[in-house]
Amino acid sequence: MDFRLNEEQQMLQDTVARLVRGEYSFEKRLEFSATDLGFSADFWKQLSELGLTAVPFSEELGGFGGGGVEVQSLMTELGRGLCLEPYLQSVVLGGGLIGHAGSDSQKETWLAGIASGELKAAVGLQEPQSFYDLNNVETRAEKNGGGSGEAYVLNGRKAVVIGGHCADVIVVSARTSGDSRDAAGISLFALDPDTAGVERRTYPTIDGARGCDITLNGVKVGADALLGDEGSAGEVIEYQAGRAIAALCAEAVGVMEMANELTLEYLKQRKQFGVPIGKFQVLQHRMVDMMSELEQARSMAILSANVADIEQSDERRRVLAGAKNIVGRAGQFIAESGIQMHGGIGMTWEYNFAHYAKRLIGINHQLGDDDFHLERYASLLQAS
Amino acid sequence: MNMNYTAEEFAFRDEVRGFLDENLPADIAARVKGLRRLSREDHERWQKILCKQGWYATHWPEEYGGVKWTPVQKHIWDEESCRYGAPRSIPFGVNMVAPVIIKFGNEEQKQKYLPRILSGEDWWCQGYSEPGAGSDLASLKTRAVRDGDHYIVNGQKAWTTLGQHANMIFCLVRTNTEVKKQEGISFLLIDMNTPGIDVRPVITLDGEHEVNEVFFQDVKVPVENLVGEEDKGWTYAKYLLTYERTGLAGIGLSKAALSHLRGLASRRLKNGRPLIEDPSFSQRIARLEIDLTAAAISNLRIIAAVEGGGMPGAESSMLKVRGTEIRQSINDLARRAIGPYALPFVEEELDQGFNGEFLSDEDAAPLSAHYFNNRKLSIFGGSNEIQKNIVSKMILGL
Repeated sequence: MDFRLNEEQQMLQDTVARLVRGEYSFEKRLEFSATDLGFSADFWKQLSELGLTAVPFSEELGGFGGGGVEVQSLMTELGRGLCLEPYLQSVVLGGGLIGHAGSDSQKETWLAGIASGELKAAVGLQEPQSFYDLNNVETRAEKNGGGSGEAYVLNGRKAVVIGGHCADVIVVSARTSGDSRDAAGISLFALDPDTAGVERRTYPTIDGARGCDITLNGVKVGADALLGDEGSAGEVIEYQAGRAIAALCAEAVGVMEMANELTLEYLKQRKQFGVPIGKFQVLQHRMVDMMSELEQARSMAILSANVADIEQSDERRRVLAGAKNIVGRAGQFIAESGIQMHGGIGMTWEYNFAHYAKRLIGINHQLGDDDFHLERYASLLQAS
Repeated sequence: MNMNYTAEEFAFRDEVRGFLDENLPADIAARVKGLRRLSREDHERWQKILCKQGWYATHWPEEYGGVKWTPVQKHIWDEESCRYGAPRSIPFGVNMVAPVIIKFGNEEQKQKYLPRILSGEDWWCQGYSEPGAGSDLASLKTRAVRDGDHYIVNGQKAWTTLGQHANMIFCLVRTNTEVKKQEGISFLLIDMNTPGIDVRPVITLDGEHEVNEVFFQDVKVPVENLVGEEDKGWTYAKYLLTYERTGLAGIGLSKAALSHLRGLASRRLKNGRPLIEDPSFSQRIARLEIDLTAAAISNLRIIAAVEGGGMPGAESSMLKVRGTEIRQSINDLARRAIGPYALPFVEEELDQGFNGEFLSDEDAAPLSAHYFNNRKLSIFGGSNEIQKNIVSKMILGL
């Protein structure tokens, strides 16, 4: 048993850490966040130039077939910097879905660009009524009578597509058969957002990123947009969402590390009643609880990174649901405790802590919150 | 990053399982799994079996009859023996006083006491806490005054676990009142049969006689029973506490308890369905199982670090808090699982050899008492609040 990163993984993590430290000061992040793009095109370019956007892809695509642990090492550092770039959406999820379901020619079309960072992908898997259930799909893809260039017509709405505002390709789920909550009958389409009938309503998110809701109004796409076999995307989506959950957990660990470091520092430096407030036992114990929550989350992030790329099983499902549950709980505890212990300054926009807190809460609303995953875990408990 | 055992470790696990399959007495395992009280005889029988195998003294060097296990092997033993329902060794002799004697005792003490711990001839208990010295242990007042070749001991020790069975007690005593409180403490080994010692039972909230108070009145203790140097006892005590703290998280015990809970919740009904299918109850179990999974990985991270040559530090304190909270929550759920039958307290149903008709069933009988008994987990071995103080000081630097 050895929980240390190997040399290459450590180098990878160090590379990202250096880059984030150099390029992603808190002040710069506020500036990036305020632009229409919502992140730094320059930082994205640097990530790609260092080969970091290619990490999980094969060597032919410029990557080195990195698995869950490599993605974890990288995401934790992006988390520490509260980085806004759509790594999760484009590389992990978009690249993951296309790589998993796509044909050779589709992979050729999209993956090299995603791996090199030239193309940005986003994913539209949620809908206004779906809550966190990715099988709850009402968007319909009807077979079109027309030529192969217009094989399907898509109608429906896709909700909270993070990074969708700037994506070159959006992978959307749509129902080709079955009822709105069936696992079967879901298909995936690689959609060019400039196609007629695609309407995006763009907005900032509470944690500083950007996303959009998408209305699909008679959107005609070719047969080459269909990823994988018609109606069989349910398992692909579940599997790739699992990889993304592991990545999100790793990001959350980075955010929590920073949140705890900032809070501890504040406890040592802020004086009241003539002493640093860290001398007060009630605050010391709360700080210890924050540490302990982080370590629980870190353990689950490690475990989930180790199952992210294994064959699907109930054990993999349990680990990922358990990890997202713990990360959701720990994140909220750290966010709330940290704001509380910072007092008034923790409530302000201009001080960095609040932005860590907002990201932690934000992560809980991506791919299922702690309640959702607890329910999920409990259902797997009954099956066992 | 590698979360798996090595081939050798898997082989060791098989060896452990084979040993337990063949040697763990079924009646004892049934009592452990059924949360029944173990008798002195149960403990002694199991200790003999372990000693014969050479697996009793897992913290000792081989020259004294210990077994040279790696941290991972110890972990495997812990997991498997909990899973099989083997009794935990009573730690006071083998895991507490022995490491102190080995590290700080003289040759004579080693020759005298270590074999008697292995053979079961000596049953040790711990004389640390006092009525006025709990979390603030260093303020202890039991006094030892040098008189020729003897110390004369006067005072009172509290919460002496299984002291009613013990013939030896290791004590922290005050030998110097002129210096800082930590610097006037000595570590004495005392024969419980010495005149002037009085052991009185303290019945705990579950009706159990597990702890005692021990009174010392003009007890004559030969000076050769002093371990190490006079007034240096606090150093030895702290060394002992690091042994005590390892394993206090009780991950293996929690895993066994959780599996017991799942069985229980599968057999009890709510709304005509197994309780484990009830949405709110299954979510409570799920939450605990998730917490335990994370704590188990945290435990492995510490073990792997120790295996790699590190020392377990204040991380074990954090894990003690988490681990005991989890086990108490499992006990809480087990009690909830029997609904109104958590109320009846029919003590004889817990006795060995009870063959009457159970009021509810044998599952239910011990659950409330067990829940209350395990409230001790967050108090002993350094209360959870003290553990947080340790983390705050040692890791956070507050």
